[in-house]
Amino acid sequence: MDLALLLEWIIKSLVLILILLTSFAYLTFYERKALARIQVRIGPNRAGPGGWLQPVADAVKLIFKEELTPAKAYKVIFVIAPMLTLLPALIILAVVPFGSSITLFGRQVSLGITDINVGVLYIMAVASISVYGIVLAGWSSNNKYAMLGGIRSSAQMISYELALGLSIIGPILLAESMSIGEIIDAQRGIWFLFLQPVGAIIFWTATLAEVNRSPFDMPEAEQELTAGYHVEYSGMKFALFFIAEYMKMIAVSVILAALFLGGYRGPFVDQVPLLGPLYLFVKVFVLLFIMIWVRATLPRIRYDRLMAFGWKLLFPLALTNVFLTAVGIILADTYGPAFLWSIPLMSILAFLVVNYLARDRIATASAQAVSFRR
Amino acid sequence: MTALQIIFLITAVITLGAAAMVVITRNLVHAALWLIMTFFGISVLYVLLNAGFLAVAQVVIYIGAISILMIFAIMLTRRVQQDFGPQTNAAWPWALVIAAALFGGLIWIFSGWGNFFTQAPVMGERADPLRQLGMALVSPEQYVIPFEVASVMLTAALIGAIMVAWERK
Amino acid sequence: MLIEYLPIAILLVISTGLAALIVWIGNTFGPRRPTLRKSLPYESGMNPIGPGTRRMPVRFYLVAVLFILFDIEVVFFLPWAIVFRQLGLFGLIEMFVFIFILLVGYVYAWKKGALEWE
Repeated sequence: MDLALLLEWIIKSLVLILILLTSFAYLTFYERKALARIQVRIGPNRAGPGGWLQPVADAVKLIFKEELTPAKAYKVIFVIAPMLTLLPALIILAVVPFGSSITLFGRQVSLGITDINVGVLYIMAVASISVYGIVLAGWSSNNKYAMLGGIRSSAQMISYELALGLSIIGPILLAESMSIGEIIDAQRGIWFLFLQPVGAIIFWTATLAEVNRSPFDMPEAEQELTAGYHVEYSGMKFALFFIAEYMKMIAVSVILAALFLGGYRGPFVDQVPLLGPLYLFVKVFVLLFIMIWVRATLPRIRYDRLMAFGWKLLFPLALTNVFLTAVGIILADTYGPAFLWSIPLMSILAFLVVNYLARDRIATASAQAVSFRR
Repeated sequence: MTALQIIFLITAVITLGAAAMVVITRNLVHAALWLIMTFFGISVLYVLLNAGFLAVAQVVIYIGAISILMIFAIMLTRRVQQDFGPQTNAAWPWALVIAAALFGGLIWIFSGWGNFFTQAPVMGERADPLRQLGMALVSPEQYVIPFEVASVMLTAALIGAIMVAWERK
Repeated sequence: MLIEYLPIAILLVISTGLAALIVWIGNTFGPRRPTLRKSLPYESGMNPIGPGTRRMPVRFYLVAVLFILFDIEVVFFLPWAIVFRQLGLFGLIEMFVFIFILLVGYVYAWKKGALEWE
């Protein structure tokens, strides 16, 4: 085997992990700053100039914290569970290209770990593995809140995985490929966001639930579950859960950018390949801001509504979207490419119909929310 | 031995070892975890056979869905997830004899099959196994009937699960 | 083909190493002074009541069953989706039949109340 190739892969893996770790650290800072600004506060500003050393201070604090292990915990799994949570977050981006290939030290280097022909399915597989860390953490803690949080959260994740998987079918249908690289290349002319607006919305909602972000941060519902599945974790083991959550935020933003926003593609990227990662960074930065914005704006959904939303609204809507996309493609193949635009029209119509059908539930939910506030 | 064979042997040993641990271990949750390890080993074997789609689908369905169901089932049925009773019962020598006979019979049947050492036909350079799989699933000459029947079976499983588990009010 | 999966294996090994390293750092640098109070299960400062792991509601099991069925459906969708342009209307009808049968089960589950949580 080619030793240089092996070395290249090792270096690329290390670079990916380093990028993820750095962007995780600064994502926490970004989130705290953005949240603070939304709530008319200043946010962290003490550690270093403008607060820029805050992530370092957090890391040092967590390293020197005492780690507690409950006496009745199942020790081996108690240690393995946080590691199992981190792994999927690190490897899920292996199939996403970060740019076209560049020439480095006289050899052609592609910016991405690999591009397998079942990339989309790989993403689904890794996403489905990430349930284990949570359910095992909840079980091994031997604490009733942790157990409840872990099971709730895993049921939530598997429920939204369906809508997630179905919303990815739209881009596959349009690109006729499961490789992320080819899906990005198929968006040379137009982003799939415009052809698949409802698919993109479903994907975004489902990933919010998948990474347990607000308003679906059910496992961390402080009022009901104290802290959910990681209530017994402290120190660096807690940090592992924390790192995994924020890395997953970054990962799903990169994947959304690749599937619906053209990935690393942008003007002049074919001439100057180094622009690719820059475009991707800008897109991910904006998507992450939307996530933080959602957290600042929306209250947490009650658990029964969360499951009903996933199973009764999101899943049928995602299924409808797949079929409407297929119909639109047939129309376009029969009557001309302009008919591709029937996909967004039909799917938005379906979205409005579903919204109309669910109006009573939404009205009662908001009425209850108002009466609680009084 | 080529590198491929070495990787195959290591994977096979790990898979079989994990499968043995499923039966040996007394903690049910640990058994489920060893089972996941076995599924993962099988998925690596699929990769070694150049069956990428099967490998990843194995992870999605067996590790991502079926094992989750098993863990849920363990947490649903058992108050204590540990079993302190003996792992074998009095009839174990008979089981051993039957298992050995079954194994011998399988070996005997398989030894009559002469295709163990024939090379699989190599696909052309331009052939895309994924596309061929997609076409085979829905073309009337190939697997469209099993494909449609699969959905009937899935529906039957769903209705059965609701009937068994959902006796409410 | 096979060679495309090797980088994933390398990444997996390095990631496992990183996760182990983080756990090791925490074990090494953190203090360790366990007391009885600290090693009790956390229940908001109250004395813990009853066992920590208990049997969970059957509902979660049903959700997992539903999930398996529709997960298999999604996996069937994928090879269909990449050849859909060549199949045309015929492929659409076939997939519709497949989904329609599954939807019968879905509607049954809905009507039976398996999707309700209270």
